[in-house]
Amino acid sequence: MKKHRVVVTGIGVVSANATGSQAFASALRLGKSGITFFKELQELNLRCAIGGAPDLESIDLLEQLPPFIATKVSNKGIIYACLSGLEAWKDAGLKPAGDENDFDAGMIMGAGDLSFDSLRNREFPIYPLDRGEIRKIRSRTISECMNSGAAAYLTSILGLGNRVQSNSSACITGSEAVLMGYEYLSMGKAKRMLCGSTEGDGRYIWGGFDAMRVLCSDSNDRPEFGSRPMSSTSSGFVPSGGSGALVLETLESAQQRGAHIYAEILGGHMNSGGHRKGGTMTAPNHETVIRCIREAMADAEVTSPEIDLISGHLTSTGGDPNEIKNWSKALNLTGKDFPFINTPKSMIGHAIAGAGSVELVANVIQINENFIHGNLNVEEIHPEILKLIDPACIPAKSIEKEVNTIIKANFGFGDLNCVLILRKYTP
Amino acid sequence: MNDTIRQELVEIIKVYLPSDASPDEITDEMHLITDLKINSTDIVDIVIDIEDKYDIEIEDDAVGEMNTVHDAIKLITHQLDNSKTSR
Repeated sequence: MKKHRVVVTGIGVVSANATGSQAFASALRLGKSGITFFKELQELNLRCAIGGAPDLESIDLLEQLPPFIATKVSNKGIIYACLSGLEAWKDAGLKPAGDENDFDAGMIMGAGDLSFDSLRNREFPIYPLDRGEIRKIRSRTISECMNSGAAAYLTSILGLGNRVQSNSSACITGSEAVLMGYEYLSMGKAKRMLCGSTEGDGRYIWGGFDAMRVLCSDSNDRPEFGSRPMSSTSSGFVPSGGSGALVLETLESAQQRGAHIYAEILGGHMNSGGHRKGGTMTAPNHETVIRCIREAMADAEVTSPEIDLISGHLTSTGGDPNEIKNWSKALNLTGKDFPFINTPKSMIGHAIAGAGSVELVANVIQINENFIHGNLNVEEIHPEILKLIDPACIPAKSIEKEVNTIIKANFGFGDLNCVLILRKYTP
Repeated sequence: MNDTIRQELVEIIKVYLPSDASPDEITDEMHLITDLKINSTDIVDIVIDIEDKYDIEIEDDAVGEMNTVHDAIKLITHQLDNSKTSR
């Protein structure tokens, strides 16, 4: 029995095509690509020399963050999380705590691997060790590389006193953080939770994926065409970085404060394929994906025809047609009955652990502003997808339309699945 | 020379101060940790910043004696004198 309804009262985002939720909403509506060519990656012989790095150069960090974080912290994943988290907090009408902790508020801010970041303005902090220069290693090596670093720096600004956690579950990290925050609040253990995730970017983390041959290597001369989920020519994902943050709040608390309610979280589910029945470190066990979608719908008490939009994981790999098959089976919908489906990955690439939270911010924006953003590069939809659903379900351009219910999924390395259901708030 | 070093030192340490502290109110007698409320782990970074700025080396034992702003100025001056002598 759920005790509390949980709503979203604030959003913040740093992504490859925009920083700040208003700019992000506009970029989604216009179909703005944030994917660019990186000469450095080509010089380092990466097969994929394109990616989506948020534009930190255009932001006056000293205006937005405390001086120490703005000038001394170099980990981009942490900077992205501090920017998105602080934006969401302020957007919800909240302020950082004074000298006293805010025990009604906590945080779940996940990260993929902060120690993989390429860092801004200095070399990787542990490198001096390999030159025998232990004296040159600064004190922030641990705090900037520990996976809880983003949450740790963010709570140093906000002064939260309830639970502060940092989850890490590969590509489902962001949606998992929101699911965990939703469950925690529905049990009444806090009034509000800042939930989200972050991932830095650059040669180290992208190089790791490049070595696995899972990145797009055929579009270095046309970066904006690289990320093309659901296309017959999808050749691998385009890596990116970024962070999304959502203030989740019990309905009672939001109403007491008179906060703007962006959307309600109706429920969700997380499970694992256990590397069984075709599931591996990198490929999903399709049975458990379908089960996860159905369990989330049961938890939210939502039926297939109520779903206006599927926010897919859809990374622009050969796995996309399988994902559509799983959605079709789980929802028991095909052809024109299948809901609209989209993902911002065609515009911003795959932000790994940052993806889920950035995409959830996109979901909240679409519910709040009543539009479905388009998918870039879907001129040639994969034939296996067309066997199942009508091409009109995959909009190439934004559609102005009332959006009430979104089902959102992320699937991650380790055979992990997470599904959430969001709905426009009605009293 | 001490005035210049003092100004340069304040430039180095001001970013490590709590957000509600004012660099203008720093006096030489102030203890870096107890008065200026600088996080003790950040002293390591301040030392590295000083070493980079003046191209000097500050031994760990000396860091332990760098308690106040005055101590830091004295330490920098001493190391600069030493490096001149040794060159």
